[in-house]
Amino acid sequence: MTRALAAEWRKLVTTRIWWVLGLVLIGYVGFVAGLLGVMFGVLGEQLAQDPEAPQIPAETLPAIVYSSVTAVGYVIPLILGTLAVTGEVRHRTLTPTFLATPARGTALLAKLLVLLAAGGGYGAAGLVASIGAGAPIIALTGGDPQLDASATWALAGRAVLAMALWAAVGVGVGSLIQNQLAAVVVVLAFTQFVEPMLRFGSAFWEPAAQVARFLPGSASDALVGASIFTSFSGGGMVAVPPLDWWQGGLVLAVLAALVALAGYATAWRRDIT
Amino acid sequence: MRGPEIEFRGLTKRFGAVTAVEDLSFTVRPGVVTGFLGPNGAGKTTTLRMLLGLVRPSAGTATIGGVDYRRLPTPIAVVGAALEATSFHPGRTARDHLRVVATAGGIHASRVGEVLRLTGIEEAADRRVGGYSLGMRQRLGLAAALLGDPVALVLDEPINGLDPEGIRWIRSLLRILAAEGRTVLVSSHLLSEVQQTVDEVVILARGRLVHQGTLEELESRDAVVVDAPDRLALAAALAAGGLVVEPAATGWRVRGAGPAAVGAIAQRAGIALSLLRADADGLEDVFLALTGSGAEG
Repeated sequence: MTRALAAEWRKLVTTRIWWVLGLVLIGYVGFVAGLLGVMFGVLGEQLAQDPEAPQIPAETLPAIVYSSVTAVGYVIPLILGTLAVTGEVRHRTLTPTFLATPARGTALLAKLLVLLAAGGGYGAAGLVASIGAGAPIIALTGGDPQLDASATWALAGRAVLAMALWAAVGVGVGSLIQNQLAAVVVVLAFTQFVEPMLRFGSAFWEPAAQVARFLPGSASDALVGASIFTSFSGGGMVAVPPLDWWQGGLVLAVLAALVALAGYATAWRRDIT
Repeated sequence: MRGPEIEFRGLTKRFGAVTAVEDLSFTVRPGVVTGFLGPNGAGKTTTLRMLLGLVRPSAGTATIGGVDYRRLPTPIAVVGAALEATSFHPGRTARDHLRVVATAGGIHASRVGEVLRLTGIEEAADRRVGGYSLGMRQRLGLAAALLGDPVALVLDEPINGLDPEGIRWIRSLLRILAAEGRTVLVSSHLLSEVQQTVDEVVILARGRLVHQGTLEELESRDAVVVDAPDRLALAAALAAGGLVVEPAATGWRVRGAGPAAVGAIAQRAGIALSLLRADADGLEDVFLALTGSGAEG
């Protein structure tokens, strides 16, 4: 298992994808965090005078800005995890992988653990971007960036955990849907279209909203404890309290485990021809 | 060093309604180079992949020294395998690829530099494999196979894509490895490619074993070209001797006997020969006839 872990780590860091996606994450999260900081910092007072506009209390602004790392960035570790598996199928490197590690469960478990660590690393990098871009803007616009608050760093820790779990979910998805293009399309379609629609649509009917709390994106936001997407409520929406942070984390962890088990039981054990 | 015996017993693989390999049984001995021959699609690759735990047999077993590949504690230190020249991530360098394999297989990192030197790709080792020619990929595949200094080697079409210098190099390498006592199994769809390298052959056609033995045994079923001033008398004598005679460019081509037997028949019939030689293309013809993959005769 130690050998497989070391090999999977080496595999991950010897192609370009990890740092390309890492740069995308940092750029994307930094941009969104900066944008949110400017929007609610500079425009905050104007918004506050308009009762129709979305309201963000000043004391929750840092959490919303800093949590851009998971609110918009979670798809990046998810893609990394997916590519870590489907890339092996696409480039036929499962052959040398299974020649050196014939126990396929060991190989998959090693991949899961390595991607958990990599996802956590992405979380840390994304936080550097969201705090690095957001905190100065909040401070400059007269807000309190709350960098000395323990709640801020607890949120950061939960964001790292969420990003780690998303990368593990990606490994599961990749082991189940081995065609790289199909897997990426499914991931993007679900995270960028299907789930946002479900979350938005379910907000108008209480029983649906209860169930929608268990959608992976909602669970992730619950785990982190803040997200730009959960900060608004409009006319006609029902307010359902989100899951507790640990419940959100559990939903993600169980999702990762279930998808990986399904992948192991089906596609992962197939003949490598 | 003495390599393990590789044993196939009743090995069968069905993909849906298609039987790719059927009831295959043979043993590969250490110390010699064994050619695993057959046309494309005969089931060679599927057989090798079953041996290496990559494809699950429908029936039968394939073992290395009596052990299933997946039960070997450090498999790549026992069996070195090069299966296809495309099993590399194009964005990874050759050195990194070998490091990944060495790490996973529990092989000391110092072997990476050694096999890079041995296979002659050291200078290109830090370039991404995406830019490699087929010949360089073949060498990298072989480097990966040799990483664990294995006592058995299983190579699928290793000569494909190599330049003439590379072909000569791999032939001598295989002979050296076998002479050291290792078990060497090399597949090819071309007999001529491995003819000068292999000591024993296993020939597969449509998933079934059609011949196992030495090349000499195949050659004894060889064709002979023979001619005499009195051609008709020669043909009559050969036909009377129970041989199949057909016209050749010069004289007759005889199947089913070696030069010695043909010469003896001519002598008994009192016919002076003007030509008697083994047909150079005969071995390939026998191969094609066995595998049913070429025009007859």
